Amino acid sequence: MTAWATGALLLLGAIFALLAAVGIVRMPDVFTRLHASTKSATLGAGLSVLAVAVHFGRLEVAFLALLVVAFLFLTAPVASHMIGRAAYMAGARLWEGTVLDELRGHYDLRTHELAGRPEEAPAAESDGEAGRSGSGPDPGPAIAGDASRER
Amino acid sequence: MTTIDAAFALFGASLLLAFGRLVRGPSLADRVVALDLMATIAVAMTATQAIAADAAVYLGAALALALVAFLGTIAYARYIEWGRTRP
Repeated sequence: MTAWATGALLLLGAIFALLAAVGIVRMPDVFTRLHASTKSATLGAGLSVLAVAVHFGRLEVAFLALLVVAFLFLTAPVASHMIGRAAYMAGARLWEGTVLDELRGHYDLRTHELAGRPEEAPAAESDGEAGRSGSGPDPGPAIAGDASRER
Repeated sequence: MTTIDAAFALFGASLLLAFGRLVRGPSLADRVVALDLMATIAVAMTATQAIAADAAVYLGAALALALVAFLGTIAYARYIEWGRTRP
């Protein structure tokens, strides 16, 4: 019985990992690749570690396995968010089929802080083709002063 | 071919696909995403090896590998975002 459960969990985890790898090869964009790889690979690794817990069936092994799963599930969103933010700041190209970039014009690219306010979004949007580089001169210095005081 | 062999084969195939993206990725962020995926797959393969060898000590190695992969990804992300200009 436990052998069946172990095999099923292992195979499911391996299939999810393969799904993540296919996604990272096939997707057209950094952000879609991130979307494809992070979630399903984390699920695959979590399922394989759960298979270890089921296979041994002892309390201390199960505790360690749950610790590994909790650590994976806590750190994967943080890491993927940081990669995505860094790629956006570095000016990663979006896929040409992208219909909406809600962050466009909201970041002060010099201090990497959120500079635009939501009610200013249409103004920044219609401001012209400068787009992400022209994030409004007014909030820039104040935010920069705050950032330099924080660091 | 047992279930463990099949799982190892699937993990190896996904590792090869992720390595292809690591080689081919146009930007540095793509390569970091591929490295993160490869580290996660390595954690899963370590867990599979714990079952194959019937030794639970591999779980500690999996935990340490996950920790190092997370720290490396954070360091790469900060490098992509700030470069060498700011710490």
